[in-house]
Amino acid sequence: MPSIACASGKGGTGKTTVATNLARIMAYERDTHLVDCDVEGPNAHHFFTLESTQRSPVHVPVPHIDLSHCDLCGVCSDACAFHAISVLADTALVFPELCHGCGVCAYICPRNAITERPRTIGSVLEATCDGMAFTGGSLNPGEPMPPPIIQAAKKTARGRDYIIIDASPGSTCATVEAVHGTNFCLLVTEPTPFGLSDLRMAVGMCRRLDVPYGVVINRSDLGDGRVEDYCKEEAIPVLGRFPSDRCIADVYARGALIVDHNSAWEDRFRGLLMALDRLLKREVNHG
Amino acid sequence: MVEELVILSGKGGTGKTSLAASFAVMGEREWILADCDVDAPNLQYLLEPTIEEQHPFSSSAIARIDKDRCDECGLCRTHCRFDSIDSTFEVDDVGCEGCGLCSYVCPRSAIAMQPRLSGYWFRSQTRGGIMLHAQLGFGEGNSGKLVARVKEEARQIAQASPLPRVLVDGPPGVGCPVIAALSGATAALLVAEPSISALGDLERIAEVCAHFQVPAGICINRFDAQPVYSDHIASLAKRLALPILGRIPYDEQFTWALLEGRTIVEGDTNRAGKAVRALWQETVTTLL
Ligand code: SF4
Ligand code: SF4
Repeated sequence: MPSIACASGKGGTGKTTVATNLARIMAYERDTHLVDCDVEGPNAHHFFTLESTQRSPVHVPVPHIDLSHCDLCGVCSDACAFHAISVLADTALVFPELCHGCGVCAYICPRNAITERPRTIGSVLEATCDGMAFTGGSLNPGEPMPPPIIQAAKKTARGRDYIIIDASPGSTCATVEAVHGTNFCLLVTEPTPFGLSDLRMAVGMCRRLDVPYGVVINRSDLGDGRVEDYCKEEAIPVLGRFPSDRCIADVYARGALIVDHNSAWEDRFRGLLMALDRLLKREVNHG
Repeated sequence: MVEELVILSGKGGTGKTSLAASFAVMGEREWILADCDVDAPNLQYLLEPTIEEQHPFSSSAIARIDKDRCDECGLCRTHCRFDSIDSTFEVDDVGCEGCGLCSYVCPRSAIAMQPRLSGYWFRSQTRGGIMLHAQLGFGEGNSGKLVARVKEEARQIAQASPLPRVLVDGPPGVGCPVIAALSGATAALLVAEPSISALGDLERIAEVCAHFQVPAGICINRFDAQPVYSDHIASLAKRLALPILGRIPYDEQFTWALLEGRTIVEGDTNRAGKAVRALWQETVTTLL
């Protein structure tokens, strides 16, 4: 049951294009689940016709202070590492957006004045499309913390033969949450100074998470050789080099999949899948 | 009052940093620059900063278990909500949020919370003026706090100038670093690229701006690449009652300029460069 994350150190490199088209090719022959974990900018759903959709809310626990029990001692606010509780002269306030749901305050309150209640911060959408399973997580605007949505979205895909995860761009908490525990991470980049610098960060993240990784160079003809040189030096496998193509931008803009419309691109994605299979096999043998 | 303009995009890769660097150059050193994309700080590739100060940044903690005291009772493991203590009682430093619950529940006081180094922030000189920037460690959280720190330092420097202004290159997304970048801002410029995905991204980031009561305007980048979706963005802008401050044409010059480490407004004035100049004028007059 390999799971493959598509990530990129920066946005706009074509990560979603790679994730969605790869999922389509894969779903022709295999039991595939595409999980959109880019919950701050979920876009993968635009590229499929979703059926039997079902949306469920994602909750996190937040403390509720029962002021009839609270004696305003301030122990909870001192213990909260995230400054999510403020105890004033006559009341105690919780700032739900700052709360990480860690449970320290409820544990520590000497008067048992704190209980935890669920709070909705976003949702996951489950659906099917042409035999492929799909889950998309979405964070409500104004909410700061994507990781619980990402966890909820990933959970829905357990037990599938192949799982493809569209991770959020970057290399911090949200991306880490999406890539953590996957079997392989495809890093989509472009051959520019921005692309290279962000790729370095993404590689650093994969190494830290101990997830094997490889690179897809998008718009490989529009830039210079620094990304290639870097991959060579670091012995990072390059699984695909995709040329810049007006056609892919047009198809992307209107929410369609390039592999459905263009046989040259279908071949490129089949090539990517084969390269991926080879590396996954190697990982299985070594791991 | 420090005036603060934040450039955001909802998603990355819309050309936000190229625009921010161009603005910095056109700002004629009157603006303090703050690269708040601490996850992928890229202004440096266009503005070539000379670093004057470097400061470690640590805002959270990490649990450390004293193996001599620990008798492996497992209470910490059952309590930890982030699943960050494994069966050999090693702390997963990626997962640990630093809440300290384990240190409270441990009956043998074997767990101490230690500060963790999340990254660095810098003060530099560039040809666009003073720049504050930062670098978060690989896979570190807390980007929101680092953003807040970078902004705070920028504001303090700006305060000393007769025309206190801060130009912020914001992070992608809509989560904590974006909220930190928007907090206390005077205005936001939202950069969108025309596509079906961009419509949702733009609406989300506009909603976040509205939520924090920051006035916003829109720039459509590469507008001529997908005219149909540019029109959709224009109608969305109308519905959201946000002004369109500029339309930048698609131009490979952006990439070539980037490879040479310069901005589009330096060197030969081309069509895209002119559009960026006009956008800057319009942004300053309309939003500030
Ligand atoms: S620890 Fe309990 S009693 Fe003390 S201020 Fe907090 S809620 Fe109130
Ligand atoms: S649950 Fe944790 S983060 Fe939330 S208020 Fe309580 S101590 Fe603070």
